Parts: sequence; structure tokens; C-alpha cells
Amino acid sequence: MAIDRKTVEYVAHLARIELTPKELEKLEHQLQDILGFIDKLSRLDISQTPPTSHILSLSNVLREDTPKSSLPAEKVLANAPSREADFFSVPKVIE
Amino acid sequence: MKYETVIGLEVHLHLNTRTKAFCACSTEFGSKPNSQTCPVCLGFPGSLPVYNKTALDYAVKVALALNCQVQEYTKFDRKNYYYPDLPKNYQISQYDLPLSLAGFLDIEIDGKIKRIGITRVHMEEDAGKLIHKGNVSLIDLNRAGVPLLEIVSEPDISSPEEAHEYLSCLKSTLEYLEVSDCDMEKGSLRCDANISLRPHGEKKLGVKIELKNMNSFKAVKDALAFEAERQARALDEGETLVQETRLWDDKQGATVTMRTKEGSQDYRYFPEPDLPPFTITKARIEEVRLALPESPKEKRLRFIRDYGLSDYDAKILTSSKKDAIYAEEVLKNFKSEAKKPAVNWLIGPMLSEANARGLSLSGLKVSAHDLCVLIGFVERQEVSNLSAKSVLTEMIDSGKSADVIIKEKNLVQVSDTGQLESVVQEVINANPKSVADFKAGKGNALMFLVGQAMKKSQGKANPKVLQDLFKRRLIDA
Amino acid sequence: MELFKLTAHELQDKIKKGEAAPKEAWCALEERIKSVDNKVNAYVRHSQPVTQNPQFIPIAIKDNICTEGLNTECCSRILEGFKPPYDATVITKIKAANLAVFDLKANMDEFAFGSSTENSCFGPSHNPWNLECVPGGSSGGSAAAVASDQAFWALGSDTGGSIRQPASFCGIVGLKPTYGRVSRYGLVAFASSLDQIGPLTKDVEDSTLLMNIIAGHDANDATSADIPVPDYTKSLINDVKGLKIGIPKEYFVEGIHPEVKKSIEEAINKLKSLGAIIKEVSLPHTEYAVPVYYIVATAEASSNLARFDGVQYGLRVKTDNMIDMYKKTRGAGFGEEAKRRVLLGTFVLSHGYYDAYYLRALKVRTMIKEDFDRVFKECDCIVAPTAPTPAFKIGEKTGDPLSMYLSDIYTISVNLAGIPAISVPCGFTKSGLPVGLQIMAKPFAEEVLFRAAYTYEQNTEWHKQRPKL
Repeated sequence: MAIDRKTVEYVAHLARIELTPKELEKLEHQLQDILGFIDKLSRLDISQTPPTSHILSLSNVLREDTPKSSLPAEKVLANAPSREADFFSVPKVIE
Repeated sequence: MKYETVIGLEVHLHLNTRTKAFCACSTEFGSKPNSQTCPVCLGFPGSLPVYNKTALDYAVKVALALNCQVQEYTKFDRKNYYYPDLPKNYQISQYDLPLSLAGFLDIEIDGKIKRIGITRVHMEEDAGKLIHKGNVSLIDLNRAGVPLLEIVSEPDISSPEEAHEYLSCLKSTLEYLEVSDCDMEKGSLRCDANISLRPHGEKKLGVKIELKNMNSFKAVKDALAFEAERQARALDEGETLVQETRLWDDKQGATVTMRTKEGSQDYRYFPEPDLPPFTITKARIEEVRLALPESPKEKRLRFIRDYGLSDYDAKILTSSKKDAIYAEEVLKNFKSEAKKPAVNWLIGPMLSEANARGLSLSGLKVSAHDLCVLIGFVERQEVSNLSAKSVLTEMIDSGKSADVIIKEKNLVQVSDTGQLESVVQEVINANPKSVADFKAGKGNALMFLVGQAMKKSQGKANPKVLQDLFKRRLIDA
Repeated sequence: MELFKLTAHELQDKIKKGEAAPKEAWCALEERIKSVDNKVNAYVRHSQPVTQNPQFIPIAIKDNICTEGLNTECCSRILEGFKPPYDATVITKIKAANLAVFDLKANMDEFAFGSSTENSCFGPSHNPWNLECVPGGSSGGSAAAVASDQAFWALGSDTGGSIRQPASFCGIVGLKPTYGRVSRYGLVAFASSLDQIGPLTKDVEDSTLLMNIIAGHDANDATSADIPVPDYTKSLINDVKGLKIGIPKEYFVEGIHPEVKKSIEEAINKLKSLGAIIKEVSLPHTEYAVPVYYIVATAEASSNLARFDGVQYGLRVKTDNMIDMYKKTRGAGFGEEAKRRVLLGTFVLSHGYYDAYYLRALKVRTMIKEDFDRVFKECDCIVAPTAPTPAFKIGEKTGDPLSMYLSDIYTISVNLAGIPAISVPCGFTKSGLPVGLQIMAKPFAEEVLFRAAYTYEQNTEWHKQRPKL
């Protein structure tokens, strides 16, 4: 499977990561190599095999609808890079 | 109409559980920003979700009430996208194995029943709130993590009116389950719409346009009406419509383009590894189905059967569960023969008062017992209908009970013919023209004379008795 | 005898007998750190003073386990300054067992992405046996600290071998519990379906003691197993007579360092001489484990790391619009390996590639698990090398990501199958680098692991060796 520059740029956009041109080039080659290696999986016949999303056979894990105390706002915002009163603040979102 | 309108509605419903979907933070409304949050709903590193048992129960109830096939195996998936009100930059939702599929909701339109298909009902979590302030956006995550149900209709809706009816019916059905406030104004019910037009007879669907930002059922109807017209005009002019999302601007009364997104979103759905799947047995589904409260339709039919209501009256009284419960509290105090007056009081004066004040019947805070007392006075002819209406107003305004007000205002009717005879005579003497009119066969004259006598008695005289007295006097004489 | 050289259980004994006080142990440790950590770099943020919690025995914690009020940064720029407002469940349990969280966090590969601890934003840790070599990763700091007696014991995390491989490179004991045995609540997630927290210790006994404390169901972790925790110290039995051990033939093909092979073979013979029954078995899908892992783990990681965006905590690059803020913050905050994995993970989940990559990988994962299920029908445990080579030189593999990934070849299948595995020291190369023996068992059979590991340990002297620093 070939991964080209455009695809890397698109994936970087999906992942919201800004890459320098140098990084883009390096990653294009490295991802190419890795995907080439991963391709060996296509050798296998998977038609009769179900996928495993959860390795333990747990099901119906639920909790009671009983309120517990929340974090005080001060603790919530203690790590905030930018805040205004009790809100997190971010640059304007353009709709 | 050249074109056929094809509408699908997507409703997001807040479940009124005490805690959020995946953590034990309270869901109570209106607290200080970011005061109902914890590492889980904040998406702090290391936090993990655990699903709310009651939310699952409510979800199954809703699915059954909407006649859906509840799936025996269901799981959560991650829907990945970036937005500042989404703390983890993914939403825990359901993709390919949702809770339920293939249901329907019957609505009444133009006197006929129309079945609107429901594609699916699935579970997910809500995002936080953004407030835009100049150059910044402020984030409050109190709402992040509140449990939601997404209810998607088939594109079976054919007009803005049908859309409105669908929403009212949906609200009524869901309200009866008591799993949500179903209130668009409060935000516990949100609705997005998809609308496309196609020439009559055309099988292929037209270009689908998504509408957002409608804050009431009326707004949904208006937005769809505007959009249908806009699209029709565009198609008439040979324009090619582009698939897009438009926002309803209530003030302008128009839909406006959102900034066009670059292609459709790639949400990269994959099974949520932090949450094991759910198996819901057939037995459990049956258990929930049997325990479902009476639906609005069932209650309406029962009211018709047990209280002899007309379909129309029953519909009004069962449109809200609270009102239906109130009405039943009142009606059960009357023997079947005597129910009509109680019904009339509920449909008539009570409903008028409620509508005038923008309240529900139960919101008037007149106890069922007290209303029955008032009705009793009228039935025993101790208070005239007219007086009773003003007593009711006073009951609502002051909170005082019927008999207290009647006593205070000295409203007990005079039905004693002895007392009334003199009044009748006085009126006859004072109104010879009306007397002549009456003898000449003019029906209005009697009413006029009765009215005069009512005035003279300060409204205390029993009008029926007065009528009889007048008739006897004038016919005999 | 310098206190810092003791194992945790030896220290506990001394304290019980009144021969030492925890405060002395703290002081000894602090002295030791001052004297050697400038060479080893096991710990991060040295500028933070070590506050004394003198009543309790300290334990070192990997920098990706949340400790309330104490910086937890996963050795990444993007989590600069982050102080969690809550403790991970294992930390709560540790405190309840009267252990003290050491204030310095142990170094690691950023977000646990790595097999050498070279991907830390604080610089690499050095292998105490040879400072020019890596200590392994991603729990390299934890392993190096224990191996160099800068910690009595430590907690790390293992997603594809991140406890076992550094334990092997540093000559100590490292256990990855069965998936779901230990709560993940508070562990900064890398791959949610593979991660487990586990102990890094100087010997097997300490490992059982720590497991007694940290194992168990957690209502906050929906993937934790509701299975009672046995007293693991009861498995400290010096006897493997009749124990059926499977040796997977796929683990002994080309690529294995000859001295590693030799040490492992000698270890197997040792176990045989102690009464174990050795048989060759096959795990036919072994060669597919690394590709499956680099699809499944990176896919989950790409989603788990989406939350690092400068909004609520950590680094934020100031801009005037949100999209730039996301992109520049993540561009500046993530290291090279993190970017590589997030991009790979995003790609394999993206529209049009999901079936060919992610879905396919999930199916091959089933095959890998079934391989183990089959083998465990006839064997009590599986024995194999932990790593194909001893510790490599710092910088040796950083230019070639794929070669780095392939060094996980023996550990990765274990995470994919969700089974427990332990690495114990089993020898040294001629150049004095440790070799690790890996023992695997079926789910929730940690007792079998401990018994086999303990027997081997008690019949050899490897665990008594210490690097000269």
C-alpha cells in the first residue's frame, strides 16, 4: 500500500498535528516502510475469524445512578492554560 | 405543487437520570460553570467511563415505546473529531451495533393516521457548552457527559406540518415514560432536520440539506417551510443545490449557509475499548415492555371507554401526562351519569384558565378535590355557572378553596321562588316593551328579562328558576 | 549494609525487627540518587525536591500513572506542568497499604511509545550495567531505578512489553499482569485494550507483595475483572516438578542474539533439571504479532491522545484561532515517535482503510489469542526469551523505527492475547549485559508464573547481582 505526501498531509490534518516540510518528508518514508511491513497481514485468510475488540469476555458492566461529589471548580481549572472566571478560555471558534 | 418534500428528523433527547452517562457527576440544571465535573467527564488523562444503569433502562424503554427492535447485542463506539466542547475530542456514541432499529411512530394528520418510520434509537453522551465572547470562546463542561438518546426518523415526513406533529407526538410519547423533560426551550430535546425535494413521481432523492439551530417545534416547522420554498424556487430556476448545512435564523425567518465544511467528516469510528458490550436478553426486553407505563394512546382510549369522553375531549385531556393524571383524579369522583359536567369544566373553564396563563391544568394548583367541590355547588344549583367561573379564577389567583370564596362573597344562589317572585314582578313592571316582545314570540325578550332580574339580584338569583317564574307569570297572565 | 541495596521485603523485615526505620531508608535512597542518578537518569524533574514521607516505604512510579498533586507528564512536552487532581486507583491502593509514592517520577518513553526510553523529553535513561546502553522501554526509568538500587521497587506499565523488556535489559523482575487484573483507572492510556500496570522489582517475592496490593476489581474501570485476588505470596514455592512448560519454536528463529539463545537454553535446562516437563509447541501466528500491534495499538493511541490539545491542561501554543491552536500545540508538544504513531493510528482508522487495516488486525488478534488457548490446553506455561537481544547502545536504533518495533517481537503477543507474563534475570552476555527469561501463563494464572519464576530464581544467583556504579 503506497502512502503518498498528500495522504500524510490529510492524515496530519485529521490528527490536528502541524508538521514541518522536513517532518512531512521523513514521515512519508517511514510510514511507507511501516505500512509495507504491516502488509504481510494481507496474506492471511480472515474470512472465518471474528474480530477481537475486547480481550476479556465481560459484558453488561454498569453503575448505579447515584450522584457523587464532583471536583471543585478550582481543581478543575488548576491546570488550565487560560481561563476566565470559572470557564476554560480558548481562541474564538469560527463556525 | 411540482415537488415532493422529503423530510427526516434527528432528535437528541436528554435522559433525566440523576447522574451523567459515564460518571457519577450530578446532572442538575443551572449550577456554576465547571462545578459538576470530574476527571471522567472532563476527559482528564487516565480517566475511564462506566455506563449508567438507569440510562440503559431508559434507553430500552424509549426504544420499546417507539416500537423499535431492541438488539440483543449492542456496544459503544468512539466518534472522533476535534471541538472545544468535546473534552476527549471523541464522543462515546454508537455506530454499527446501536441499541435499537426499525421502529415507528403513528401520527394523526388531516384526520388520518400516518406511520413515520424510526431508523434507530441509540445511546451517546452530550458535549459541553460554548459561550462566544469577542475574541475568545468560553467552555463550561457541566453538560459534557449527560446521557443522550439519538432518535433518527426515516425520511417519511412529507411536510412541515407533519414534522411538527411528529415532534408533538414524540414528545407526548416520551413524556409519558418520564425519562426526559422533552423540552426544546430547556434544551432537553434538540432537533435537526434533513430536507430534500424531488419532482413528483421521481424515485431518486434530491440533494439533502441539513437544518440546525431550531429552538422550538414551531421553529422546526417554519424552518422547513422556508427551506422547502427556497429549494423549490432554486430548482425552478434550474439551480443545482449543493449538499450543505444551513442554520435557521429565527429573527430573520430564514435559513442561512454555515461556512461550507471541507467535505464530509471522517469520524474514524471504532469500538470503544474502555466499555465492554451489552447483551440484553429477550426476557429482559419483555420485562421492560410489560412494565411500560400506559402510553398516551392507551390512556386516551381508556378515557373514552371509562369516562364516556369524545375522542376530541380525550385527546385534549391526555396530551400531557400530568394533565391526564389530574383529569382522572377529578373524573373518578363522579358517577358515570354525572361525568359530563366534570368533563365540561375541565375542557372549558379550567383549560381556558390554563391556556390564558400559559400553564398546564395541574399547574393551576387547584386540587382535584377542590374542583369537585366547586362543581358540586353548581350541580346542586347553589351557585350559578357564571358565578362559579369567577370563583374558579379567584381560587387560582388566591389559592383559597371553593367553599371559602363562596362564603366570603356570599355567592350562594337564591333559588327560593318566594324570594324571587318579587324581583320577577319588579322587572315585569319596569320593562313593558320586553314583556310585549315576549308575548309576541321574540325569544330574546325572555333572556333580556332574566338578565335584568339577575342584575337586580346581584347575580345571586338562579337563572333557571327565574326563567320558569317569568314564563309562568307572562304566559298565564 | 547499605539500606538501598535491600529488596522491599528485606527492608520490611528489618523495620519489623526494629533494625531500621523507614526514614533511614528514605535518606539512604536520597543519598544513592544524589550519587548515581546523574549517570543513570532514572528519574525526571530533579529540580523538584524530594519531600520526605518518612513513615512509609517508598515506591517509584512511572510518569504516566496519575499521582494527585504531583506532576504526571508522561515525559512529554505536551503535558508540561500537569498535576492531576486525582490519584490512580493503584496509587490509592498503595497509599492504603502504607507505602509512600516517591516524589520523583520515573523516566519513560513519551506516552509509553518506545522500547528504549530514548523518546523521553527529559533525555534517555542509561542502563546501570552499561551506561552507554539503553535500559529498555518504555518503563526504562523504573527498571533502571530498581536495578541501580535507586528504588526498592517500582510500578511501570506494559502495552507491548514495556515492563518485561526493560526488566530483561536491566536484570530485574518485571511482571505484566493479565489484562483486567489491575485497574487502569489513572494510567494515562496508550492502547486501552492492551495496557496494564505492573511491578518492577529486585526479586520475585517483592513482585508478589506488590501484586497483592495493586490487583483487584475496580468499579471505576469497566474493563477490570471481578475475580478475587489470591494471596500471591503463597505461590512462592520452590518446586516445579511436573510443571508442563511449552517452548514455542517460532521464538527461536533467526534474529535472536546467540548469547541470548544460549542463556535461555541453559535456563530451560535448569528448569528441566528441577523436574519440569519441557515440550516444543507452536504459536503459528507469531510473525503477525508486531504488525497487528502496530495497527491496533496505534489506532487506540491516536484516539486516546486526541485529548492533548492545549484546551484544559498542559502546553498551549498561543494563536488567534482554534484550528491553529490544536495543530501548533500538538506539533510542538508531541515528540517524533508520538507523531509517527498518532499518524499511523489515524491512518488505519480512516475512511477507506478501516477494513483493510484495523478490522483485519482485530481478526488476526483473534488468531493470535487462539494460538495461546490451544497451547495452554497442553501446557501450564510457556517459556521464551523476553527480548531477542541484550540492551542495545543508545542511539543505535533511533534512526530506524521499524527495527525498534521488531525488538518487541517476543513480548507483544502476550498483550494481544491478554495473558500474564513475567521476565526474570537468567544470565549475562560476555560483555556483562543481562538476559531475561520470559514465562507466560493463561489468563489469571499469575500464581503459576510466580511459582515457576521463584523456583528458577531460588536455584540461581542472577538476582543477587548488582551493577557497579
